[in-house]
Amino acid sequence: MKKARAHTHCCCTLSSLFLCLALLSHQAAASPQQKNTKEELLLLPGEAGRSGGRLVVSLRGEPKTLNPLIAADARSREVIGVMQADLVHINRATQLTEAALAKSWKISPDGLAYTLILRQGLRFSDGQPLDADDVLFTFRVYLDESVHASQRDLLIVGGKPIAVRKVDAHTVVFQLAKTYGVGERLFDGLAILPRHLLEKPYQEGKLGQIGSLATAADQWAGLGPFRLKEYVAGQRLVLERNPYYWKSDAQGRRLPYLDELVFLFVPNADAQVLKFQSGETDMISQVGAENFSVLSKQQRGYTMVDAGPGLEYNFLFFNLNDAGDKISSETQRKQKWFREVKFRQAVSAAVDREAIVRLVYQGRGAALWGLVAPGNRRWGNEKLAHPARSLERARALLQDAGFSWSHGPNGEAILLDSDGKPVEFSIVTSSSNADRAKMAALLQDDLKQLGMRAQVVPLESRSLLDRVTQTKDYDACLMAMASGDADPNTDINVWLSSGGTHLWNPSQAHPATPWEAEIDRLIEEQMSARTFEGRKRLYDRAQEVLAENQPMIFLASPNILAGAKNSIGNFHAAVLEPYVLWNVEQLYLKNGTENATR
Amino acid sequence: MREWRTFAKWLVVLGVLHGMVVCAGFFAPYDPVEQDRQSPYLPPMRLHLLDAHGHLHVRPFVYSLRLREGSFDQYEEETTEPHPVKFFLNGAGYRLLGFLPLRMHFFGGESTRIYLLGTDAYGRDQLSRLLFGGQVSLFAGLLGAGVTLFIGLSIGAVAGYYGGWRDSLLMRVAELFLALPWLYLLFALRAFLPLAVSPLEAFFLITAVFGAVGWARPARLVRGVVLSAKERDFVRAARGFGASTGYLLRRHILPETSSVLLTQAAILIPQYVLAEMTLSFLGLGVPEPVPSWGNLLSGLQQYSVLVSYWWMYLPAVIMVPFFLGYLGLASSLPEPEEASKIQRSSLGSLT
Repeated sequence: MKKARAHTHCCCTLSSLFLCLALLSHQAAASPQQKNTKEELLLLPGEAGRSGGRLVVSLRGEPKTLNPLIAADARSREVIGVMQADLVHINRATQLTEAALAKSWKISPDGLAYTLILRQGLRFSDGQPLDADDVLFTFRVYLDESVHASQRDLLIVGGKPIAVRKVDAHTVVFQLAKTYGVGERLFDGLAILPRHLLEKPYQEGKLGQIGSLATAADQWAGLGPFRLKEYVAGQRLVLERNPYYWKSDAQGRRLPYLDELVFLFVPNADAQVLKFQSGETDMISQVGAENFSVLSKQQRGYTMVDAGPGLEYNFLFFNLNDAGDKISSETQRKQKWFREVKFRQAVSAAVDREAIVRLVYQGRGAALWGLVAPGNRRWGNEKLAHPARSLERARALLQDAGFSWSHGPNGEAILLDSDGKPVEFSIVTSSSNADRAKMAALLQDDLKQLGMRAQVVPLESRSLLDRVTQTKDYDACLMAMASGDADPNTDINVWLSSGGTHLWNPSQAHPATPWEAEIDRLIEEQMSARTFEGRKRLYDRAQEVLAENQPMIFLASPNILAGAKNSIGNFHAAVLEPYVLWNVEQLYLKNGTENATR
Repeated sequence: MREWRTFAKWLVVLGVLHGMVVCAGFFAPYDPVEQDRQSPYLPPMRLHLLDAHGHLHVRPFVYSLRLREGSFDQYEEETTEPHPVKFFLNGAGYRLLGFLPLRMHFFGGESTRIYLLGTDAYGRDQLSRLLFGGQVSLFAGLLGAGVTLFIGLSIGAVAGYYGGWRDSLLMRVAELFLALPWLYLLFALRAFLPLAVSPLEAFFLITAVFGAVGWARPARLVRGVVLSAKERDFVRAARGFGASTGYLLRRHILPETSSVLLTQAAILIPQYVLAEMTLSFLGLGVPEPVPSWGNLLSGLQQYSVLVSYWWMYLPAVIMVPFFLGYLGLASSLPEPEEASKIQRSSLGSLT
């Protein structure tokens, strides 16, 4: 709480400073609507750029929707991210919250009421003004069960939805049922919706159907730096500068600098690399390590950046579901091994994480022993043991658990369980990810050293997810997830035994094991703990419990690799999504340089 | 006579090539699935006779390669110490012809590992993987062709000999099979089969699929030959003397089909090797870590591999002599009139 309060205070003083500067700069900022209401622009420090030009980036396929209420895929979220804005925003570079549409906020002493003050005079990208009614409408829609908004889960605190109350045209109070450790981070990514456009469809119950890519440009609006201009099916989405955007640079010029932002739909990672190499796109992110080294070798007019470890974690897990007859008897027999904690610890001890980092990521990654990836600077448990690979320890653990070895026809060791049956299982993994396929091949060889025979089965990602979460018909699975934010709250569904992404045994009614019950307790306690130190202590303990029991065997975390043409100013890759577009309003094209045409 | 000599020449070429693949354990210096994690994507080592000081060595030698500072795939030669190539030395255990346990290898290095064709992403020896991969790919081709020809021969003989409704039915089905786009059919068939199959199961599945898909053309050819053969005077004479159907087919009619079958075999084998490679290349064939020529090439699906490591193309080059051998064999076969026609038309389908 101490931290949170200090932070709030700091924001208030900062924003009053911004206010003065914004007032000073108001004359300079050529607003299309010179009305009497003063605009409280947010002034961004940093390098001042040049206005104009077009930036082209590639997108891993067509986004499904522009509607924040139903967007589930990463591509849609990336596009929505530059078209919408939130009340409080997490700075992708510092990983801390900062004022956005709300110029300041206060948390009541009991930690249950959040009072947010909106900036005055702001307008949506179609020129309509923003006020507290838009905020009320937004949260009403998010919390309406019939809308099925994905944001709803985030807004249920202590089992009750957050209550939103309007104080005046620019002040809104959010009332929580229980203290919430996440604090104002809660508001990040919750786009404030234009009531004037969405109220009618909402009343007609059609909110889920609007916002397709083919929407007419004047029928869609947001508070983000860019607004819809043109959509060419199968090829590209063109966004144009939002003339009403609420941020300005240090010289008081209204952001964004760029006139246009173009998303090209390029479904394949290699094709994205080729497009970037040939200059058809201006920036590239989520580059694989091998492509990164190819691009780095022949840098012509562009610079490649290794932003350091990100928040993605790759892991292996075994099927620990207790699904009774749903699972084949063969898998049930194997589950006897999987449930043995020493078996899982042995597998973890046999994994050559260092080789994964070297061979899969060419050294551009980090070995991983816990869920918190090294890109998350504040929440990792530094005391967590990082045992080196040891086949001896693995064999000793297996022997302890009643396993034994025999010799195969070619003299190779075969691991036998206590019934004398050989230990064989399959590892399912995504067929579209070359990195993970490589990881699986290394893992297979590591396990062979222990006498386990593992078969790698590449599956299309949708059927992979279906197997893991629905039919539960698999032995082991190699997968990756990425935390959306550095706060533990984003991984809550992985931690809690009732969570949908508690992958080894999802959506349990009651925790199946005592240690899962302990994790549930720790995670729920940290949710309502109010100081960072208190939360961290609980979260550290949860990480330890996870490491002891190894339901997920963590392998490695790749660095965030990105690149941009040298002509792009203010390019700073972040380790949080969106990696290169997080400061899109500040990106600009340097003088006298050519940018990508189409 | 000259024809027979070229035939024998091609047979020797193929024999030598297949001999090396069959005895892969002996000719390959290392275990094909053994990972040397310190040397991923190591380029082929050069064989030297002259060392860095200009001294001539009688025995060819290599310099070991070490990773360049700060790099993960750039190597440089360490010219301080030459490592001579040793012949007939003991190394990884293997079973010659599948049963004879041996440790002797044709060549290798004592003080360093010798990678004449480089290594792949996991530091596995490409040469060993090529030779062992050939066992899978070539055997799949041979077995698949055998199955195909057996089915084709049986169906063709029945259709040609009995005629009537049996002939019509079988030939209509054959036409249906010919009209099917076989590559997509293979995908569809493979997709229906269980995903988690062991390498051996996958191998037999592939050959069974080949047999099921490819029988139509040989069946039609055999039917034609049987149709004309059963009307020959000596066959009618034999039938007149009371020879049974089985005797007639075995003794007089089917031997007539031998040249057609041989030509077909020489064409089908490389075609099936290629089909196995296609399936494995796309990840539907024999699973890792067992090598086959197709999954050796599958690394090339990645752009970075394509532009960075030229030795990953070698599996594609290596199969050229094999295919040349088979096609040479097919064209030097003694050519009866119908056979030459048949052969030309079926060659067209190879592309």
